[in-house]
Amino acid sequence: MLRYTLKRLISLLVSLAVASVVIFTVIEVAPGDPASFMLGVNAQEDTLAALRAELGLDGSRIQRYFNWVGGMVAGDFGTSYTYRTPVSQMIADRLWVSLPLALYALTLSTLIAFPAGIYAAARRGKPGDLAVMGATQLGIAVPNFWFAMMLVLIFAINLRWFNAGGFVGWGEGLWAGLRSLTLPAVALALPQAAILARVMRSALLDILGEDFMRTARAKGLSRRQALWRHGVRNALIPVLTIIGLQFSFLLAGSIIIEQVFYLPGLGRLVFQAISARDLIVVESVVMLLVFAVITVNFLVDLAYAAVDPRLRSRS
Amino acid sequence: MSRNLILGAALSSLVVLAALISFVWTPYDNAALDIPNKLQAPDALHWFGTDHFGRDMFSMIMVGARTSIAVALVAVGIGMALGVPLGLTAAARKGSWLDEVIMRGNDLVFAFPSLVIAILITAVFGAGAINAIIAIGIFNIPVFARITRGAALSLWEREFILAARVSGKGAARISAEHILPNVANLLIVQGTIQFSLGILAEAGLSYVGLGAQPPTPSWGRMLADAQTMVSFAPHLALIPGLAIIVTVLGLNLLGDGLRDWLDPRIRVARA
Repeated sequence: MLRYTLKRLISLLVSLAVASVVIFTVIEVAPGDPASFMLGVNAQEDTLAALRAELGLDGSRIQRYFNWVGGMVAGDFGTSYTYRTPVSQMIADRLWVSLPLALYALTLSTLIAFPAGIYAAARRGKPGDLAVMGATQLGIAVPNFWFAMMLVLIFAINLRWFNAGGFVGWGEGLWAGLRSLTLPAVALALPQAAILARVMRSALLDILGEDFMRTARAKGLSRRQALWRHGVRNALIPVLTIIGLQFSFLLAGSIIIEQVFYLPGLGRLVFQAISARDLIVVESVVMLLVFAVITVNFLVDLAYAAVDPRLRSRS
Repeated sequence: MSRNLILGAALSSLVVLAALISFVWTPYDNAALDIPNKLQAPDALHWFGTDHFGRDMFSMIMVGARTSIAVALVAVGIGMALGVPLGLTAAARKGSWLDEVIMRGNDLVFAFPSLVIAILITAVFGAGAINAIIAIGIFNIPVFARITRGAALSLWEREFILAARVSGKGAARISAEHILPNVANLLIVQGTIQFSLGILAEAGLSYVGLGAQPPTPSWGRMLADAQTMVSFAPHLALIPGLAIIVTVLGLNLLGDGLRDWLDPRIRVARA
């Protein structure tokens, strides 16, 4: 297990290093100089040079890359060009919206997908299975931002159960905070639940053909008892992998959903920074998201190997 | 043929047909403003109603289908054109440093949150259909590389490939003449799925203003325009959304149906 962990850790570090180079390069070749963007077209050359020095834009590219990476490792993400506040502070503030939103959506998606997938697998080929499978086909085809707009139309505008957008803040209490994240979380969760339910169903169906399931039946368990006691537990391995992947999808996917609901999360921060050419913010938020995704995948791989020893020896 | 295949083919052809017909005919000029008739609900004159500028929604949906299909199709093309040769090469040189480099590169692209990177690319290099195509296309490359390599690896063990090698054919020629035709079915099925994902990605990018720019109509931007008017003109949001759903659902069903139909094992099992 130690060898496997080390091997995966090295590949994690390589991935992160390459990702940081790619992100840095994309931002570097971006047209437009942040200093002249901030000071306008009529700025004097010496003022521009002073500002560039202040922003740390005057060194060589390699120097700036290492400054950026070194800073991030130490928790310093630089200073926003437009707000003149530390980027790490801006990110920390926004994470309080984006992270709970992703977790909320993940919980909803799992709560919907597990029963739906198990129900469909238990009734394979019967009308119940077909209905669930039809619903998941539809769920996968629905763009989540459109679903979000429909939720607003029905539950905020017509029924007035929720606000149409915005975030009240956790200061108003847990319930108020959760309430303002409910519609966005449902919108994010639906397509993911559809995918997860399909994975759960097919994982269960694969297991139903296994010898130990036949043994369980031969011991006198009913089909449903065998499914619950032995099937679901074994199906969890592939399902957990997908849940890990989905968490990163949800974190990244919230970028668009936050636009629909005017939520002050990382997604809106990225878009505001893009339009203000506040590239240091864009760079750092994107790197943070990539870091989160790659790390979650790494942890899922480790968990997988811990559960299934065959994977360790194979690599 | 399965129900999935028939329904999927019907829905997909409907959308493709609408896009093709829009080159020669639309009920109205999709860009013509008609302010006195703005925000009309669907009726006999305007089948899908009109938008906030009085433009005919049916015509806009038809022309928008063109944008969605073009972006997604070219993105799939990029993925296939680069991913398939990479996958074939990796399989032909299995276990070599080249295979390792290609597959680790693949893993790396897979690890990136595609939407975030697509947003980064379009934001940095400018919003527009071309950059959206590139951003979506890049993430199709590892998908096709991986699926091609996986299928090709098992083919390399087969007798007919051995026969081709004995007859003196090189790895490149074997890949092109024997491996590629045998993985084509798989690529068609995956292509359909990536096509539907491309439609969704294009809609998302244009919704946040990073896809095709005005005056080119796109379903995602129609939805963005509709957002502030959804309370008094819900058809503005309903119709482009349904257009996306019909297209994606059609392509997914088509992909599933094709997979079953092209896979001889399933066909035999059914017969």
